[in-house]
Amino acid sequence: MKPTDINNPEYFHKVVDCQYACPSHTPVPQYIRLIAQGKYTEAYMVNWDSNVFPGVLGRTCDRPCEPACRRGRVEEEPVAICRLKRVAADHKSEVKNLMPQGPFKPNGKKVALVGAGPSSLTVARDLAPLGYEIHLYDEQKLGGGFMRSQIPVFRLPEEVLNEEVNYILEMGIHTHFNHYVKSLKDLLQKDYDAVFIGSGAPKGKDLTDLPGRQEGASNIHIGINWLVSVTFEHTHKIGKKVIVLGGGNTAMDCCRTARRLGGEEVKVVVRSPYAEMKASPWEKEDAQHEDIPIIDNHVPKSFVIKNGKLCGMTFEKVKPEYDLNGKRKLVPTGEAEVFIEADDVLIAIGQENSFPWIERDLGIEFNSWGMPVVNETTFASTHPKVFFGGDAAFGPKNIITAVAHGHQAAVSMHLMCLERDIHERPSPYVNLHSMKMGIHEWAYDSHVVLDQRYVVPQVTKQVALSSLKTEVELGFSLPVGYKEAERCLNCDIQTVFFYDKCIECDACVDICPTSCITFTENHEDESILRKMLKVPAENTEQSLYVSEPVKTQRVMVKDEDVCLHCGLCAERCPTSAWDMQQFFYNVTKAPKIK
Amino acid sequence: MTYIKPKFRHPNLTKNKLGYTIDYYEGALSTLCAGCGHDSISAAIIQACYDLCIEPHRLAKLSGIGCSSKTPTYFLSNSHGFNSVHGRMPSVATGANLANKDLIYFGVSGDGDSASIGMGQFVHAVRRNVNMVYIVMNNGCYGLTKGQDSATADNGSISKAGSLNQFEAIDMAAMALELGSDFVAQSFSGDKEQLVPLIKAAINHKGFALINVISPCVTFNNNVGSTKSYDYVRQHVEATATIDFVPEMKEIKTSYKEGSVKKISMHDGSKISLEKLAPNWNPQNRQSALQAIHHARESGNILTGLLYINEDTIDLHRLIKTVEEPLNQLIESHLCPGNKVLQSINAEFY
Ligand SMILES: Cc1cc2nc3c(=O)[nH]c(=O)nc-3n(C[C@H](O)[C@H](O)[C@H](O)COP(=O)(O)OP(=O)(O)OC[C@H]3O[C@@H](n4cnc5c(N)ncnc54)[C@H](O)[C@@H]3O)c2cc1C
Ligand SMILES: Cc1ncc(C[n+]2csc(CCOP(=O)(O)OP(=O)(O)O)c2C)c(N)n1
Ligand code: SF4
Ligand code: SF4
Ligand code: SF4
Ligand SMILES: [Mg+2]
Repeated sequence: MKPTDINNPEYFHKVVDCQYACPSHTPVPQYIRLIAQGKYTEAYMVNWDSNVFPGVLGRTCDRPCEPACRRGRVEEEPVAICRLKRVAADHKSEVKNLMPQGPFKPNGKKVALVGAGPSSLTVARDLAPLGYEIHLYDEQKLGGGFMRSQIPVFRLPEEVLNEEVNYILEMGIHTHFNHYVKSLKDLLQKDYDAVFIGSGAPKGKDLTDLPGRQEGASNIHIGINWLVSVTFEHTHKIGKKVIVLGGGNTAMDCCRTARRLGGEEVKVVVRSPYAEMKASPWEKEDAQHEDIPIIDNHVPKSFVIKNGKLCGMTFEKVKPEYDLNGKRKLVPTGEAEVFIEADDVLIAIGQENSFPWIERDLGIEFNSWGMPVVNETTFASTHPKVFFGGDAAFGPKNIITAVAHGHQAAVSMHLMCLERDIHERPSPYVNLHSMKMGIHEWAYDSHVVLDQRYVVPQVTKQVALSSLKTEVELGFSLPVGYKEAERCLNCDIQTVFFYDKCIECDACVDICPTSCITFTENHEDESILRKMLKVPAENTEQSLYVSEPVKTQRVMVKDEDVCLHCGLCAERCPTSAWDMQQFFYNVTKAPKIK
Repeated sequence: MTYIKPKFRHPNLTKNKLGYTIDYYEGALSTLCAGCGHDSISAAIIQACYDLCIEPHRLAKLSGIGCSSKTPTYFLSNSHGFNSVHGRMPSVATGANLANKDLIYFGVSGDGDSASIGMGQFVHAVRRNVNMVYIVMNNGCYGLTKGQDSATADNGSISKAGSLNQFEAIDMAAMALELGSDFVAQSFSGDKEQLVPLIKAAINHKGFALINVISPCVTFNNNVGSTKSYDYVRQHVEATATIDFVPEMKEIKTSYKEGSVKKISMHDGSKISLEKLAPNWNPQNRQSALQAIHHARESGNILTGLLYINEDTIDLHRLIKTVEEPLNQLIESHLCPGNKVLQSINAEFY
């Protein structure tokens, strides 16, 4: 293989598994170290710069970083990255004075943002300091989008959301709440320089064809609509027996909310097998903990109506069968239909995009699924002034993805207003510097602790279920937060190899606890070289770091897979051919464009 | 030293037949200088014992004094160990071996420990053919006492301080051959591919087995002008053969050129397979081995590999015809069979 080009920032970026997996590329190990040092405010600001809603995300993030976390490959569980973010948010001191301070000098440009969800708010935050006049539209009476209308308050308290939404709105954003945008054409005529559409995926799927759907209508609710009406206090109670249809996170929020509004026997019924449900494992656990059974492999057949009122549903029992490609089919087991009693049914079987307010003759191309054609890098539509992001761009995802879209769309909108090519993306800000302080001394805590993942404490079930507004999770206490932070392996502290200093003494090979380093003959075929290592490098998602030839013409090959970033290779190297260097990578956002 | 080796290991480490992963054979974290050749040898010992599926409690590590003699702390934590006084490891090993011949005796020494203060001990362990592995971690200096020239420093070698050594070097391998050792090998700490099979063969050899390993001292003897530095040794090693140690029942996988391979069967059915690189050398001929060593030395080279082996060796126990049972397991009734037996023996003389 060719020597690895470590001057390409993408190489080391990929080594920082969590940051790489984070759609917004939050510098995770950086903020975790700050938490360990008790610098909660700084940790919060590192987050805020990247993900805009640290307090919200520290409670609700889908956490794509955690399955990617290296720690999960060397022991049972990844670092509790998400809940550490909450530690920073809960314990920070004044942060507003660290954020861009308005009023900002107007730059003469005007933009409109449709929807006040996380993607639009991110665009607003990134463009406001540049002097844009920003008009934010939402049909709801407050900002936050689905973060407010969908996510129940027992998972995300209003004050936390308000605080972080207000940091943005207070940057001088012109809000147009209680304002449903009925026509994009009209909006475009208001001579905005750019329009961002962050209107989400606001339509819940229904089961219109199921027998009894019409007759039972008054007790059958679309999950996301029902959650909105609970949030805005139009709905205060539900029947004692509730069926929630669906296996995603919306179903989990519906069933848990129902438990708090009078639902005593709440059951989740889902078509797929339990293991394949879309909901995150922790959401399923939380629901089950609140005495909500999850009945899997049951396909809804009909709503049963008695004396003109809904009394339950029938289901067909199925089992999964998989073809050779692993594709699943649900096949009826042939058993008798199952009847489950219910006073109310919540349908939470998915969301769809819907753009009834966008005229199809504006030059915005839509594909055959009714989705706008959007560029995945620039978030531009086929209309030069219109950009999409969040769930509106590529279908329902999550908050952190919406934020990532917002950053990139803001970059494009700004470049466009500067009359520059929106395809020329700004390079990330990177920095690499040595952490060496002495023979066995580093400017980071290199010691690898053995602690298992700490559990976030919760209020008791009784207290939790007694009120809709009681937040269930308590967050880590500071001492436990510190211990959890110490579990982080500092994957951004890179092992940097200087081949011309190496005397091939093998000290690094011998000391490395996880057998990452091999000196070997080179091989042009990566798959063969992977097999030639001390422990074969089977995880092909992880890179090999290949050096220039050393004196004996062999090469140093490091499998990045399970490196603990413990620095022992560098400590044992007599010639400092290894060094531990901190790699900082930050996505460039609109305000930093030069 | 404040650093600690993390407990985590690669999740894909394979288990040997005993069900142990290699970390079971590790020792405490080394306190030697970073880059010391001795640490590499420790790693080779760990690898060999893991590969051979040695039960750690069946092995005893013995050493004297020196950086080299400290290394038993850094491998096989689950084995027995005796860190004796300077140069006295051979007698401790001899005693232990006589008392309990059932253990594997693994002696570790340095060039100072063996070629200076312990020379009088070393030679007797060789000529008595004590069944043990005897590794000399040879760095040409007294590492522990800050790098004075040792008796194996080559004539003409220059120390870190700049002084020239004018004394002839003692050649450990040649001396062992002269004294009748039936297993003599030489290697380089930086060449585990050669060292690991040599250690395995030495463990399987049923007699005294010397491995003289050139092991650079990074701190005191890795300078320009030293003949035991990493650079110098790499430039001057001359391997007799590539070596493979093949445990019983296993097929030899490496393919060799026709005619160049020598296979040596060991008592337990395992095999050593050598692909000869040095011309005019026969690993089963003492004369030829001695000549090859002299020849290499004359051309300024260090000959490495298995230099000589006599697999029909007769170790101390067989030579002095001790009983089958290890002496430490003999119970009083065996040693003192009582008056009745005495009477019957006496009766034979009437
Ligand atoms: C029940 C539920 C729970 C969820 N839980 C989580 C979670 O825990 N973690 C997570 O990461 N994600 C969660 N999500 C997903 C997450 O909320 C969304 O992916 C995210 O909010 C999408 O952001 P967005 O910027 O696309 O806008 P959205 O948050 O979808 O907001 C869009 C806004 O636009 C408004 N709007 C739409 N059309 C118009 C119009 N024409 N005029 C004016 N206003 C308009 C809508 O009213 C809405 O307020 C959840 C989703 C649901 C349904
Ligand atoms: C009886 C006695 N004499 C002298 C010493 C001092 N001393 C300690 S180590 C050593 C030399 C060790 O050299 P070597 O065996 O080559 O080991 P190295 O440190 O080089 O590995 C000496 C002379 C001692 N410890 N005991
Ligand atoms: S160990 Fe720390 S730096 Fe590494 S992936 Fe996990 S959270 Fe990120
Ligand atoms: S930092 Fe070095 S010694 Fe530690 S695990 Fe990584 S490669 Fe191995
Ligand atoms: S410890 Fe340093 S000099 Fe020794 S092999 Fe490793 S990189 Fe090379
Ligand atoms: Mg020495």
